Amino acid sequence: MQDFSFITTWIDNALRSLMPGWLTVTVECLLIGVGVLLAYSLLALFYIYYERKLCAAFQCRLGPNRVGPFGLLQSFADMFKMLIKEIIHLNHIDQFLFGLAPYLVIAASVMAFAVLPWGNGLQIIDFNIGIFFLLAVSSIGVLGILLAGWSSNNKYTLIGSLRSGAQMVSYELSIGLSVITMVCLAGTMSVEGIVAEQENLWFIFKGHLPALVAFVIYMIAGTAETNRGPFDLPEAESELTAGYHTEYSGIHFGFFYLAEYLNLFVVSGVAALLFFGGWMPFHIPGWDAFNNIMNYIPSLVWFLGKAFVLSFIIIWFKWTFPRLRIDQLLTLEWKYLLPINLVNLVIMVLIITFNWHF
Amino acid sequence: MANLTEKLSKIFPEATIEGDSIPLMTVANDRWHEVALRLRNDAELHFDYLITIVGMDWTESLGSIYYLMSTVSNEIVGVKVLAAGDREQPTIPSVADIWKVAETYEREVYDFYGIIFLNNPDMRRLFLSIDWKGFPFRKDYDEDPALNPITTESERQSDFTDVYTLEAEGKVVKTPRRIFEKDEFVVNIGPQHPATHGVLRFRTSVDGETIKKIDVYCGYIHRGIEKLCETLMYPQTLHFMDRMDYFSAQNYHHALCMLYEKAAGIEISRRAQVIRVMMDELSRIASHCLFIGTYCMDLGATTMLFYTLRVREQILDIFEKTCGARMTFNYSCIGGVMQDLAPDFADDVKALLKTLPANLKEYDEIFTGNVITKNRLEKVGYISREDAISYGVTGPSGRASGWACDMRKLQPYSIYPELDFEEVVMTEGDSMARFKCRMKEIEQSARILEQLVDNIPDGEYCVKVPKMFKLPAGHWFQVTEGCRGAFGIYLESDGSTKPYRLKLAPPCLPLACAVDHMTRGQKIADLITIGGSLDYIVPDIDR
Amino acid sequence: MEVTTKSMPYEAWKDNEYIENLVKELQESGTNVVVGSLDKLINWGRSNSIWPLTFATSCCGIEFVSLGAARFDMARFGWEVARSSPRQADFMMVAGTIVNRMVPVFRRLYDQLAEPKYVIACGSCAISGGPFRKSYHVAKGIEDIVPVDVFVPGCPPRPEAMIYGIMQLSRKIKVEKFFGGVNRKEKQKEFLAAHPVEGVED
Repeated sequence: MQDFSFITTWIDNALRSLMPGWLTVTVECLLIGVGVLLAYSLLALFYIYYERKLCAAFQCRLGPNRVGPFGLLQSFADMFKMLIKEIIHLNHIDQFLFGLAPYLVIAASVMAFAVLPWGNGLQIIDFNIGIFFLLAVSSIGVLGILLAGWSSNNKYTLIGSLRSGAQMVSYELSIGLSVITMVCLAGTMSVEGIVAEQENLWFIFKGHLPALVAFVIYMIAGTAETNRGPFDLPEAESELTAGYHTEYSGIHFGFFYLAEYLNLFVVSGVAALLFFGGWMPFHIPGWDAFNNIMNYIPSLVWFLGKAFVLSFIIIWFKWTFPRLRIDQLLTLEWKYLLPINLVNLVIMVLIITFNWHF
Repeated sequence: MANLTEKLSKIFPEATIEGDSIPLMTVANDRWHEVALRLRNDAELHFDYLITIVGMDWTESLGSIYYLMSTVSNEIVGVKVLAAGDREQPTIPSVADIWKVAETYEREVYDFYGIIFLNNPDMRRLFLSIDWKGFPFRKDYDEDPALNPITTESERQSDFTDVYTLEAEGKVVKTPRRIFEKDEFVVNIGPQHPATHGVLRFRTSVDGETIKKIDVYCGYIHRGIEKLCETLMYPQTLHFMDRMDYFSAQNYHHALCMLYEKAAGIEISRRAQVIRVMMDELSRIASHCLFIGTYCMDLGATTMLFYTLRVREQILDIFEKTCGARMTFNYSCIGGVMQDLAPDFADDVKALLKTLPANLKEYDEIFTGNVITKNRLEKVGYISREDAISYGVTGPSGRASGWACDMRKLQPYSIYPELDFEEVVMTEGDSMARFKCRMKEIEQSARILEQLVDNIPDGEYCVKVPKMFKLPAGHWFQVTEGCRGAFGIYLESDGSTKPYRLKLAPPCLPLACAVDHMTRGQKIADLITIGGSLDYIVPDIDR
Repeated sequence: MEVTTKSMPYEAWKDNEYIENLVKELQESGTNVVVGSLDKLINWGRSNSIWPLTFATSCCGIEFVSLGAARFDMARFGWEVARSSPRQADFMMVAGTIVNRMVPVFRRLYDQLAEPKYVIACGSCAISGGPFRKSYHVAKGIEDIVPVDVFVPGCPPRPEAMIYGIMQLSRKIKVEKFFGGVNRKEKQKEFLAAHPVEGVED
């Protein structure tokens, strides 16, 4: 399989030959920053298009097809418009927090990008608590939503953000526990390590039933984390107009809008990492010829492909199921998912202890 | 029906009773409350459903006519009460404690005629804003726009309502009453809100996510159709029926034409009757399909809307071929229908009937069987049979509570008595029952269409009526079944070409009034579930 | 310069003197090359992304729902992102009668829309009061309340007419100027100065 690290090493070497070490690091940080932001916006725009087309397909429609070939440029047009749309300044609100909230939300999802296993050697940063960092960073998003709801001084946004607070804090537990289950199986928290562990077989197959259960729970909790249907209570259109971001306009609203899609990508990216081997191609132990063919597909394609397929499932949820009610949502988490998850964790530990996995 | 007249004159010897099929009893103002109690509670009479209150201005006096229906014998009686006092402060005793829906109906009459109902706990204007000058339905109302100008200033808001009581020496005393306490968290839902299906407004007092009380504000699309009708000739009044409950356009048209024909003594051909009934049932299917779609969309399952709209578009195509319009058909006219059927009408209907069962099955599979749906709908927004009757919740919503209130069966009209169909009645009384009831009604409507599609008789589609259509002096009342419930029409004519008073009693107003009763103690999200399951149409409430 | 949209030849448009005048005005005033092309880019974005506000009062609103459904599918043009919050919407389809009691609410909704904002008066009620014009409680057209960009006649207009109306709006946006005098905005300012909201002090 190709190793993309030769590109990064080459850039590093070239820079080091030109300038002192501290400057090299600074320049590299800048380059990566630009790269991440570019990837971020392109992915977000792609996701918006992806969801609109998918939803159209579910609803027997065509979806965007006028702007650019197959409507591909539709989300670009949307972005252009949003960039120059008026940002309404409101009186009687907490100006500082109101301005801060969208940036917090967007920062949370950008930071999560740092540890995603984009490809072989394409990871931005790898450290021993990678997955832990990811969990920590992604929960900053809740803060942004809570602040947005509170600072807008509006009853709808307040209810929306309180709902969101209750929901995200609860479902973080489920996500954490299912991640721990998989970390047990991997034996490491380093993202690179988790991917390497899955070289022979992806965890979803390797871990038997507990891995499958953890996957299902992760998908449910992940959907709830991203505030998407059927768990889109914080922005339930029919109840709270636009939920916590009712008062935002222009690009500030655009940030929330983009972050929603990027969180979707992050959630499916992490699912791909934990259960489907990150960028690791599909390998079957013993089938060397098959494995070699699989290796020809670039690792970046593997990762993005997995993420898109998993996102497809989440989008499918959204356009099929009706919305839950807040008490039912919390019941589902505290009375069902959490106990199942704990038992699941114990079973996984037993499996690892007795070496029952493949 | 002479039986009923006899019964009434025996029980109320002092009252004057006139009329043929629907007796109209005149009761003295001060005796009205005890008469009402007797009408409601007497085991033989048992008039427990108040269809409507018609406010009247006979220039020399003001008054109101109450139309009551018995859920036991299905007989209808009208009660006329003249207001006491002068035009400045006419009063009638309130019956809001006997029929719960009367509270709102009395507010409506107060709004339009300024008749004060003594002891009504909530005597505010219903449709017009708090500072509106004058009572628009009075014959001497000053329509000068300078009095009530169109203003962009937000209307005055009050947390108080008034209660009028009669003191010992005959003086009417006004006491203010608080609706919301000072420290209550009141969320304003509407008039521009996706959940209210139009421009209805709920002031909702909540405790966390739990609803404590809802105050319903109507009138954001009040267009004064009844008053407009008084200035138009009979055939001209018909087109308003398309614009009230735009899903029951055919049904309402049918109803009003039928009343005019009854009043004028016109016999219409059987072909026209069959066409009208077929159009009614097609409308019903289209309306219920859209209900299913929008309801699912309210609950977050957007995709269903697109599936149900597919069937609706198919029906609209059928309408369009015959009537030429997609929504405002103006198809029934006095004497029959406007045009003959399109040549391939029967084939189109057959094609529709063929695809319908598969579609219904699909809806069932996607939505009804879903565990989230069950959790959201079951045991939410329960209303008992007694309350449904008292609140006047008719149509599929009433039938879901176990009240057999299908006017096609109770007050048979047109060719419905000859048709073989079942009245869908369920007993659960929750949102799920209301949803399922509509699903099943689609099947029944399809059954009616199946019986008729091959048996459309030949003949003329419209009989000749005089160009200057006049009605003899008199009054008529009739209840028919719209898509959302009982649609009552009261017509009073003074013998000219224009109606003296045309009261339209739509089924949606009581539905909106029952929202407060049904949502207490439920969650905010349930307000959407309940409101959606009642399926009110706001222009129908406001007229 | 011919203002048209994709897959719709210029000849297919009904004469629209207003837009022709705008084009003439644009050409006569002349623009800087850089600014001009930036303008073009911005207008491309704006005209291709017009998000409606979910606002409907009566019958026309149901036709608007049909417009979103599979047969007419406004998603093709990118109009399907209906926002419930006025701050995030671009135009308001006034679908239905506006009555006296609704006027303050309606005007407030308009004021809450973020610039650039547009209004389409959809159906005869919104244009003139329609069949209810003689009523004591109906605004005789919304032109006196907010500046209107496009009128779509009908009672209710067919979804095809609505598509045509929104496409006309899209054309109108295409000949706007972002840098330097915006030819539409001036008129809007004049209008708002002439029709202040009563009872509100800035």
